[in-house]
Amino acid sequence: MSATALPTVPRARRVLPGFGLTLGYTLTYVSLLVLLPLATAFFKTAELGWSEFVAVIAAPRVLASLELSFGAAAIAALVNSVAGLLVAWVLARYDFPLRRVVDALVDLPFALPTAVAGIALTALYAPSGWLGRWLAPLGIQVAYTPLGIIVALIFIGLPFVVRTVQPVLEDLDAEVEQAAATLGATRLQTFLRIILPALWPALLTGFALAFARAIGEYGSVIFIAGNMPLRSEIAPLLIVTKLEQYQYAAATAIAVVMLVVSFVLLLGINALQGWSQRRLGIARTT
Amino acid sequence: MTALAHDSDGETLAAVTRRPRAARGAGRSVLIGSALVYLGLFVLLPFVVVFGEAFAKGVASYFASLADPKALAAMRLTLTVALIVVPLNLVFGVASAWAIAKYEFRGKSALVTLIDLPFAVSPVIAGLIYVLLFGARGWLGPWLREHDIPILFAVPGIVLATVFVTLPFISRELIALMQSQGRDEEETALSLGASGWQTFWRVTLPNIRWGLLYGVLLCNARAMGEFGAVSVVSGHIRGLTNTMPLHVEILYNEYNSAAAFAVASLLAVLALMTLIGRAALDARAPELRRTTLPSPNT
Repeated sequence: MSATALPTVPRARRVLPGFGLTLGYTLTYVSLLVLLPLATAFFKTAELGWSEFVAVIAAPRVLASLELSFGAAAIAALVNSVAGLLVAWVLARYDFPLRRVVDALVDLPFALPTAVAGIALTALYAPSGWLGRWLAPLGIQVAYTPLGIIVALIFIGLPFVVRTVQPVLEDLDAEVEQAAATLGATRLQTFLRIILPALWPALLTGFALAFARAIGEYGSVIFIAGNMPLRSEIAPLLIVTKLEQYQYAAATAIAVVMLVVSFVLLLGINALQGWSQRRLGIARTT
Repeated sequence: MTALAHDSDGETLAAVTRRPRAARGAGRSVLIGSALVYLGLFVLLPFVVVFGEAFAKGVASYFASLADPKALAAMRLTLTVALIVVPLNLVFGVASAWAIAKYEFRGKSALVTLIDLPFAVSPVIAGLIYVLLFGARGWLGPWLREHDIPILFAVPGIVLATVFVTLPFISRELIALMQSQGRDEEETALSLGASGWQTFWRVTLPNIRWGLLYGVLLCNARAMGEFGAVSVVSGHIRGLTNTMPLHVEILYNEYNSAAAFAVASLLAVLALMTLIGRAALDARAPELRRTTLPSPNT
């Protein structure tokens, strides 16, 4: 885009006004509201010292909560990768009645406030609930167990996979598939050898986005989780608990661990999206 | 909602060109069927159960729960917070998109990542960092107390935490849109003698209006529905610092399920209206969806 600027205009002279004003405002806003508050978390943790930090994190209750948060998030993101691929495929490739309504429905977990999702899922899966009463005789208890946490994380993570995979599926060149079919490939072979390799970057991005969202999720989980220390207590809830007990440093130490993982994931997601776009040769702006 | 599909040439054209390869036969039905069952069980049913539970004790009880003074106070607070937060992030969104999309400068991608950061932060941590800053034992806590400025456990804290979690919505929408539009039209306006502000109001703003609305819609939905961050900074003072989602939690924990779901049903309707608005904007400006990739915590 910058290449369209006239070559005679010196680089320092901006044609459009407002650069200083808007960039200055942006930097001030982001520094005061994002950078400074986040930095306090790291400074607060630095007050602890290394050995104390390790002691906080290595406490069995903290370790169990981190393990649960990351484990449940990974399982939910995996389930969503498979189911999300299926939903994206159906939406991108088939026409059926109410397709547009179903398409809009995929975004519902984005739009529904997490607390509402939390109590709704609990009501569904409680032993007397619409779904719970059918699962109870089978010996499956969802609400107030780690399984409930996974169900909540599946709910909130679904749109990420569908919305990253769907546009790629829609952009895939039909001719390549037709060529494969002409050369005698079965539909399964075409899917495994032609379509799936092209989808990998998008699928991985969707997985990472769903995973990143799930590890920090709070509202939709705490109602259905049961919140038993060492068993069904997620890391964000433990942060809240420590805060309520005025253990600010401990709460912040757990937060810093989660922040670091989130930042690494964010950088990874950015790299994945770059890879995905280069592979598809689409100049999609992010 | 299906009517929306027909009121735009763009959408019908896309529908014709985009789906020529529909396979026929049993495989197709099985795939569509399983996708619908999955979405029905995991997405639609949780939405429907909200209304089922809200009316479990009858219509009269439903409206009584909504007319409760504490519920009304929560609604007022939620609206107030959204009315402050959305304009703040709207101005920020336009300013940041102008700087990032119209100019080249060093550190631009770092700035974009920084704007996206709140999406990667757990809502609970978003609340925590403001407690560390403004809490009684926080950095600014003692000074604030001396000067009698309430931030934490008061409306300003709720606003700040909500600004944090909703900060990227409008900005990233506009950055993507304005980058794809380039700056030729603005440069033409300027060369024809328009001032900077005239160019912005008459050229840029009309060009980005649908993207702006799209961002506002998402930002507003999140601002009204935010739970984790607000829960940490609010202090749960009933009738004073309880937003609607927090009020839902309190009612639910008091085993007042029907009332909790009644208030929750209003938030569910808000979510539904957000989705319908989004679908309408998609039909009007199909390029919007194509430029936006989802992010964590959207």
